[in-house]
Formats: sequence, C-alpha cells, structure tokens
Amino acid sequence: MTNQELITKLKAIVSPYIQDEEAFKNLSEDTDFIKDLKINSANLVDIILDIEDEFDIRLENEDMEKMLDVKSAMAIVNTKLAG
Amino acid sequence: MKNRVVITGLGVVAPNGVGVSDFTEALKQGKSGITFHQELKDLKFSCQIGGIPNISEEKKKEYFTDLQLRGFNSSGILYGCISGIDAWKDAGFDTNPDSKLDYDTGLIFGTGTSGVEKFREAIYKLDEGNVRRLGSTVVLQTMASGVSAYLSGMLGLGNQVTTNSSACTTGTEALLMGFERIQNGKAKRMLVGSCSDHGPYVWGGFDAMRVMTYKYNDNPEKGSRPMSASASGFVPGSGAGALVLESLESALERGAKIYAEVLGGEVNSGGQRQGGTLTAPNAEAVQRCIKKAIENSGISSNDIEIINGHLTATSKDTLEIENWTKALNRNGKAFPYINSTKSMVGHCLAAAGAIESVASVIQLNEQFIAPNSNCEDLHPEIKKLVASEHIPTEKMDLSFNILAKASFGFGDVNACVLFKRYMA
Repeated sequence: MTNQELITKLKAIVSPYIQDEEAFKNLSEDTDFIKDLKINSANLVDIILDIEDEFDIRLENEDMEKMLDVKSAMAIVNTKLAG
Repeated sequence: MKNRVVITGLGVVAPNGVGVSDFTEALKQGKSGITFHQELKDLKFSCQIGGIPNISEEKKKEYFTDLQLRGFNSSGILYGCISGIDAWKDAGFDTNPDSKLDYDTGLIFGTGTSGVEKFREAIYKLDEGNVRRLGSTVVLQTMASGVSAYLSGMLGLGNQVTTNSSACTTGTEALLMGFERIQNGKAKRMLVGSCSDHGPYVWGGFDAMRVMTYKYNDNPEKGSRPMSASASGFVPGSGAGALVLESLESALERGAKIYAEVLGGEVNSGGQRQGGTLTAPNAEAVQRCIKKAIENSGISSNDIEIINGHLTATSKDTLEIENWTKALNRNGKAFPYINSTKSMVGHCLAAAGAIESVASVIQLNEQFIAPNSNCEDLHPEIKKLVASEHIPTEKMDLSFNILAKASFGFGDVNACVLFKRYMA
C-alpha cells in the first residue's frame, strides 16, 4: 500500500469524528488529530477500533498512546501490517 | 416571597403521538399507541403488547449529529433529548451549539435505568474478554444521568443539571424539584421531565411479576383498561415528556407564551409501613401526599375540577380512587372528573409522570378532558365511590381551572402536583 492509499483510508476512518472541516480538507501527514481536526479525545478509542477493523490488526494501549497524528498512525499501521 | 412558577414550553414523545400537536390530537381522539410486538412473543413474554413511540431515522438526524448516532443504542436518551429540545424550542429558545452558557437555566431529567440495550451489547463483548472494544460511549449511554448529560450539552445549560429516579413517580418528582428550585430563587428556568427505554430488557421484570396483562395480545388497543372491571394488569409503554418551568417574572419579561401555572405539590413516601410494601402503597401516605399538595398550593380540595390519576389498570386502581375520595373528602357526584392517560399510551414507567403531566397541561390549556378508553365497563367498586359520568369515556369539552396530577411508584413513593390555568 502506498502512503497516499494509506492516508486516503485513514481520512475515511477519521471523517465521522472531525470537528474542523478546513483542517480535514487539507489533511496531510503532519495533521494532528486533536489540535488540528479538533477530535474529542474520548473518540480516539473509537478511531483505534475502526483502524483495527479496516486493516484487520490489533492495536495495544502503547500504540494508542503514540497515535496522535496522521504520521504516527501511518507508522504504526505499517509496522503492524509488516509484522 | 416565593417566586410564582409557570410552564412556558412542552415536549413529548409518546407511543400515540410524537410532538405536542400530534399528541394533543391523539388525546382528543382517544388514539391508542399500543401495538403487538413479535419480539416479545418470540421471547415468550406473557404480555406481548406495548407502547413504543414512532421515531424515524430522519427524525433522529434532526436532533442528533451523525457522530452522536454512531453506536447509539439508548432509546430513553433518544426520547428524552427529542422531548427536551422540543420543549426548549417551544418556550422560544434556540439550540445554537455555540450559544452562550445559560447559568439561569437548569435541568432535572429523570429515568429508571438508561441504555439497557447498550448495556446488553457491552456485557456480551465484555464476557467474551473484549472489554477493550466497547468504544467510548458505553458509560455515557448507560449512566443514569446520561439523558441529562446529552441534553444539557445540546442546550448549553449552566444551572443545576441532574437526574432523579423514583420508579413511576420520577417525572412528577422531577417537575416538583424544578418547581422548588425556581420558587426559591435558585434558577430562572428549569427544563424538567423524564424518559424510559422501551423493550424486553426493561419490561421483562414486570412480566415476570405477572403485573402486565396477557389477555389482549390479539387485541392490543383494548389492553390498557384503567378503572374497568376487566382490567387485568398494565400494558408497558415508553417515551419521554419535558416541560420548561419558568418564574412568572422571567416569562412575563420576555413575553413568553404561558401554558399554565404550577401552584405547588408534594412528594413523600409511605415508608413501607401500614400496608405499604416495596410494590404496594401505604394508603395513609398517599392521602397525606394529596392533602399536603393542596395545602402547599394554597387552595382547598373543592377547587380541584379534574384529576389525572396514576391509574395503571391493575387491581390497585380501586384503592387509588378510594384514596382520592378520602384525601379530597369528596365522592359520588361531588367527586372531580378523573382520567388516566395510560388508557392510550400504556404505563410508560419512569416516563409516565412527565408524559402525563404534559397531557394534563395540554388538557388544561385547551379546556378538554381526554377520554378514558376501554372503560365502558367501569369497575363496580369504583362506581360505588364516584359517579360514573365523572369518568368520561368520550372526549369532553369543559371550562375548568385547576387540575391535580399524581404519580405513585415502587418503593412506596408518591408525588402530587396542582396545575392552574393561566389567565393573563
């Protein structure tokens, strides 16, 4: 999967939770889930579950703690898919 | 000097009508909201009929965001929020998500239990060792104050925000708690009400107690028969009712429409003494509750023209009527007109007090008495106490000023409130 494909998938996953349309439109690897997209921190656990379902992987509490922006989400998903 | 309190907004989600205008029409026509439910039959319920409000997916989206509806499975919160938002708008306020926090308005919205279906989902996942996959909203949907949490955020309310719970008196108690808060100057407005989930996981315990009727599965609309000789248990219902209470001063200041005045009321408990139990009322405490409500309202028992009773269609209806006759010291033709909203919507449990208070205020405001459906065969013991023409089976138009509403609940708890027509 190319980075662009991965970003597209992540974008679809986070879309129900975002509170800032403008930041969402311009979503890039540097976009922060809470600071930029204004996602309610409680919803991060829902995003984790949706990522697990989409990629058929399992994310641990440690993964979740790191997953605060698009870049770290991509890195973690790639690691899991490679593992 | 205590503040006078009036009602400036109404909202309702009832099995026979959603929204004040549909519900008003249903009350006038004596329309039943009771239907057969295959799910109850499949689960081997004795009583396979019940009252469930009709809410479309489109309607949900008018009140909730797509995000709020993700994994949402709490019918009580759904009904509560719809009725609460409707009441708020009816009172002339908007629901702008960026509105300024309103420290003068609070919320007391009761329930018996919250999100039982969501809780069931969670228990299945949890027992499979999958607690990590419950998602973020199980707590919010299953905590008792879930409805108050959702609703207060939608409206931006900054006074006291809480949830009360007192079985089938819940809604009437919430109303009186909000009333007292305004009366004592702690808030200008209180949105009050109550809600109840629908479905087998709420109703099952009652079916097991054999207090719901099993005789009308083939004829659902005939099932809820308060005060009739053929009453054989209640029919379960669900939904929500909401009222905006406001100090008269605040209502006049902003030129609000006024439905009625809340004169006063009383809540008490029979303490499960003198015949009272977990499930049966202490008659003396019921009578005291009614008498105190009258006293607190500054009126006399002869001023009461209409009663909206608790009257569930169990064997306790006769006892309730007897309690009213003793508390008011009136009987036969001197007894007020009385009706039971449950003949149309069933027993909406924790939501009953609020839905029936809304029904009471509508009848007072529009000057009619809704029919007692299914009461063609008035119970002979009741007939001895009250003139049968005071238990109308058809809608009656009538000019009247004061209505008494009472609710009673498991745990031997009572609530009674007096409403007066407001004349500017």
